[in-house]
Amino acid sequence: MSRLAFSPARVGAMVARYSYLLRGSWPRLLDLMYWPTVQLVTWGFIQRFVGGAAAAGGPQGKLAVGAGTLIGAVMLWDVLFRGQLGFSLSFLEEMHSRNVGNLFMSPLRPLEFVASLMVMSLVRLALGVVPVTGLAVLFFGFNLWGLGLALGFFFANLLLTSWSVGLVVSGFLLRHGLGAEELAWSFMFLLLPLCCVYYPVAVLPGWLQPVSWALPPTYVFEGLRAVLNDGVVRTDLMVEALAINACLFAAATLAFLWFLRASRAAGTLLQMGE
Amino acid sequence: MRRIVYTGRMPAALPHAIALRALTKVYRGRPAVDGLSLDIPRGTVCGLLGGNGAGKTTTIGMIMGLILPSSGQALVLGADMATDRHRVLGRMNFESPYVDMPHRLTVRQNLDVFARLYGLADRRARIAELAADLALGDFMDRPAGALSAGQKTRVALAKALLNRPDVLLLDEPTASLDPDTADWVRGLIEADRRARGTSILLASHNMAEVERLCDRVVVMKTGRIVADGTSRDLKARFGRGTLEEVFLDVARGTGEARADAAGEARPAAAGDGATA
Repeated sequence: MSRLAFSPARVGAMVARYSYLLRGSWPRLLDLMYWPTVQLVTWGFIQRFVGGAAAAGGPQGKLAVGAGTLIGAVMLWDVLFRGQLGFSLSFLEEMHSRNVGNLFMSPLRPLEFVASLMVMSLVRLALGVVPVTGLAVLFFGFNLWGLGLALGFFFANLLLTSWSVGLVVSGFLLRHGLGAEELAWSFMFLLLPLCCVYYPVAVLPGWLQPVSWALPPTYVFEGLRAVLNDGVVRTDLMVEALAINACLFAAATLAFLWFLRASRAAGTLLQMGE
Repeated sequence: MRRIVYTGRMPAALPHAIALRALTKVYRGRPAVDGLSLDIPRGTVCGLLGGNGAGKTTTIGMIMGLILPSSGQALVLGADMATDRHRVLGRMNFESPYVDMPHRLTVRQNLDVFARLYGLADRRARIAELAADLALGDFMDRPAGALSAGQKTRVALAKALLNRPDVLLLDEPTASLDPDTADWVRGLIEADRRARGTSILLASHNMAEVERLCDRVVVMKTGRIVADGTSRDLKARFGRGTLEEVFLDVARGTGEARADAAGEARPAAAGDGATA
């Protein structure tokens, strides 16, 4: 038996566990694609309407160009939101099936568990959002992949933030049980207005802007607008976002481990479930 | 049913499979487990009895390392389960009504995942072996959530035996089984213990089961050990014919008076390695 402190084989075991679940449930697979598609179609038509209005004699320039960023922002928001959901929902599966005690009594280490949740977040994202990027090309002529290198920066930063949020939410669930389940769905929406997904940071009141700049996704959405409006890849913004993300992720990992220890101290780990 | 052949070995250097040292757990100022000290030698089966709220589940939770003690230590194979549990988790396992396995995964998938987690090199062969031992063949490819209570218990036992554990914690292992299947499962536990020298801590409310399987019986009340010995010793000490009557004496608080009246040692002070 493996005595390694971190075992990729045990991470693989957990990935196999979630893969069995996805493979055995087509409604789950459908659900992964459903909302991203609805979002894309809705915002795609809004973009077409605003863009059309501008071209027909409305305010020129900024508005028309700005409308072009909406569909990209929608898809990147989905990367952030679905990335966190993919992490937190995989964790919730264990709570719903009262399997948490079995897992923490096995040789699985907490950080291996976290790694498997990160892998599943990626898998669920690939299944849910990647097909939607194809639809965006097909129906609205917007190619997210055309962002090239910048897209890699955007993805890395958004995923790191989504995992940090997923870690904190999962830790909170571990400590406080399924009564806090709604957090898994709603927590990310707290960031939606602050991360300036659909508008520039300059729109926010002055006192709120520092809060916005403390959040890595803000840099991504500003970076997206820079690429689409000005054709400039703001690597400075991406590097700053990565630095903040590294701190956030480390803090979130510590928070998860702290919640786990608090759950062991409170004696709730064994009787966790519905 | 096939004859079970086990290959696991217990290291000879460790003195006790489980050692509890003044183990205490306090919830909101109230002790759920109060200064428990207990040694369970290797290769023995120890029964843990007690009414609801006696502290059995909390004790087992601390032995598993899922609950942190307020003070004291729970040692398994020499490892402190509060701080060093990952050193021995691969050599122990448990079955408990408080946990379940993913409902939507089939029995085979569930066992496969746990076999991978325990790092079994021969996982397919081991799963096939357990499927035969526990007669899981008819429902190996059914979702775990679609099984009857008895079938679920058998699957949980298969999971508990998967890694050929040196230390096995069983919480009500036959609670939802019909008498015939329960008897068969007891036979399986006995065979496993005989073949591999498994150390077992068994919490049960089935006194006949405890009498049959356990070398030693520990009775808890309000977080303390109030009686400890072989079932024959306990029956003699309490002047009772059955272990169930002993249990009722303890539960109703008449045990100590009865033992004192019979001129016996106080139950809490009796028993090897136990202190209340």
